[in-house]
Amino acid sequence: MKPMVEIIDLHKSFGKVEVLKGINLQVKPGSVTSILGPSGSGKSTMLRCINHLEQPTGGAVKVNGDYVGYTRKGDVLSEISGKALAKQRAGIGMVFQRFDLYAHKTALENIIEGPLRVLGQSRSAATDEAMALLERVGLRNRARAYPAQLSGGQQQRVAIARALAMKPKVMLFDEPTSALDPELVGEVLAVMKEVAASGMTMLVVTHEIAFAREVSSEVVFMADGYIVEQGDPNLVLRKPSHPRTQDFLSRVL
Amino acid sequence: MTALTTDPLASESSPLKLAPRRHYAQVVGAVAVLLLAFLLIQSLALNKNMQWSTVWKYLWNGQVGQGIVTTLVLTVICMVMGTILATVLAVMRLSKNKVLSTVSFAYIWFFRGTPLLVQLIFWYNLAALFPLLGIGIPLTNISASVSTNVVITAFVAAVLGFTLNEAAYMSEIVRAGIQSVNVGQREAALSTGMTEAQCMVRIVLPQAMRVIVPPTANQAINLLKATSLVAFISGGDLLSAVQDIYAVNFAVIPLLVVASIWYLVVVSVASVGQHYLERRVGKGFTHFSEDAVRDQIASIKAAQGGNE
Ligand SMILES: Nc1ncnc2c1ncn2[C@@H]1O[C@H](COP(=O)(O)OP(=O)(O)O)[C@@H](O)[C@H]1O
Ligand SMILES: [Mg+2]
Repeated sequence: MKPMVEIIDLHKSFGKVEVLKGINLQVKPGSVTSILGPSGSGKSTMLRCINHLEQPTGGAVKVNGDYVGYTRKGDVLSEISGKALAKQRAGIGMVFQRFDLYAHKTALENIIEGPLRVLGQSRSAATDEAMALLERVGLRNRARAYPAQLSGGQQQRVAIARALAMKPKVMLFDEPTSALDPELVGEVLAVMKEVAASGMTMLVVTHEIAFAREVSSEVVFMADGYIVEQGDPNLVLRKPSHPRTQDFLSRVL
Repeated sequence: MTALTTDPLASESSPLKLAPRRHYAQVVGAVAVLLLAFLLIQSLALNKNMQWSTVWKYLWNGQVGQGIVTTLVLTVICMVMGTILATVLAVMRLSKNKVLSTVSFAYIWFFRGTPLLVQLIFWYNLAALFPLLGIGIPLTNISASVSTNVVITAFVAAVLGFTLNEAAYMSEIVRAGIQSVNVGQREAALSTGMTEAQCMVRIVLPQAMRVIVPPTANQAINLLKATSLVAFISGGDLLSAVQDIYAVNFAVIPLLVVASIWYLVVVSVASVGQHYLERRVGKGFTHFSEDAVRDQIASIKAAQGGNE
């Protein structure tokens, strides 16, 4: 089966500092990949390279068979236009640690913005679909609230709905529960489980080991800009073979 | 025996009263200020040299009215065009493209660094530098031109001068506004497939407004009064109008009072407008919105099983 996401010898440097030192990863359609690893190991940078929020300094990323940010002519990858890149990004949803809902828009307006401006849907169709998504994340009655009026957990659920509204092929989650009070983590994880169950291809950077074990089909462990271990969650999380993984798990479990 | 300390508030039989702190110094200050204001107003009001009847007469003079209209039109045109140009300059300044950001930097450097009055006189006297304004296609004979003096009237010179100058100052305000918006907002917008331009117009600028509006109102008020500089190039504004009148009747002070009263009136109206504009652009940045509160009350009632 053709991979949904394919990361090929990905390198990324900020100035002289190399943060990603050659990442290779294949993600199957409909799978959930959890990415674990200590802070600063390059997890966010790798995720942000997938939708080209960061431009790789070497290697490439393919989503659904297309090079992200480039088009291939023979052996050359040439950069595509901003418009073409935007079109690619529309098919890749992203959920951020700090939610990043548009502060001047209500929950409903946050969700319909993309469908209206990017997909060109009609306002009534976009609103109907947005209300259905709010229902799905359990926030139908908060449609007219501004982000500042919602709890962190509610904001993150709206952010997930906003990403889903674009009907993406893949969704990227960058520590979606790390900024939440402990009692609000569960409601967001529940929504993510439901999204996973619906067949969405997901890459999730997380420190929630229980979630990784329960929901993901694959666990990837990163350290110092490399993937040091990957495989079935039951294997990697129960019997880690790499010392960095063992060390990390012994501290978070 | 264990001594249980009881809260004295809880043990009182009647509820305790709250006594607000007295602000004696404020009262003394207010009395002093009122007294000074009274003396000042009295000395002006009873001053024969103020010629209050003349002030009253010219307050409603047609020429003065024309001057007010010119001042307002000039301010609005230059403020609107200046702000649009300023937004372009600010986006250029923040661009990763070195050519764009350098051009913007140089523009701001030049127009902030030279006196506004000099710029105005320069535009008014453009004919001295370029007697003919024309367009032509290089290497062909096809061209068209007109006399500069026909195109650059005093009004056009004023619009050019104030717009270009205002844009330089406003662009710094717009830039600060754009930079005040969290980068996460931009990244979220880009991740949903918006282009950089859509993201700027739909997400970043509306939020930047909250920071941009208050100093912009300041700029507008400054510009309103700065338009009086066109009196130097006989621009027909409010100040020019009263100058023309006192050149004939020599009632200098009363006519300057007339102009000042109108400037105060216009600025006061503008300040009210500013207040409402600030409330509008602050949308989403307060915890209070009537719609959301109504929804919340409804959902609480629904949860309680209330059937109102
Ligand atoms: N925009 C940036 N500029 C410079 N350094 C960065 C930038 N983004 C991330 N880094 C650095 O790259 C390294 C990896 O960061 P990140 O991918 O955020 O790690 P993680 O998400 O695993 O904690 C860190 O050392 C971080 O300081
Ligand atoms: Mg991170």
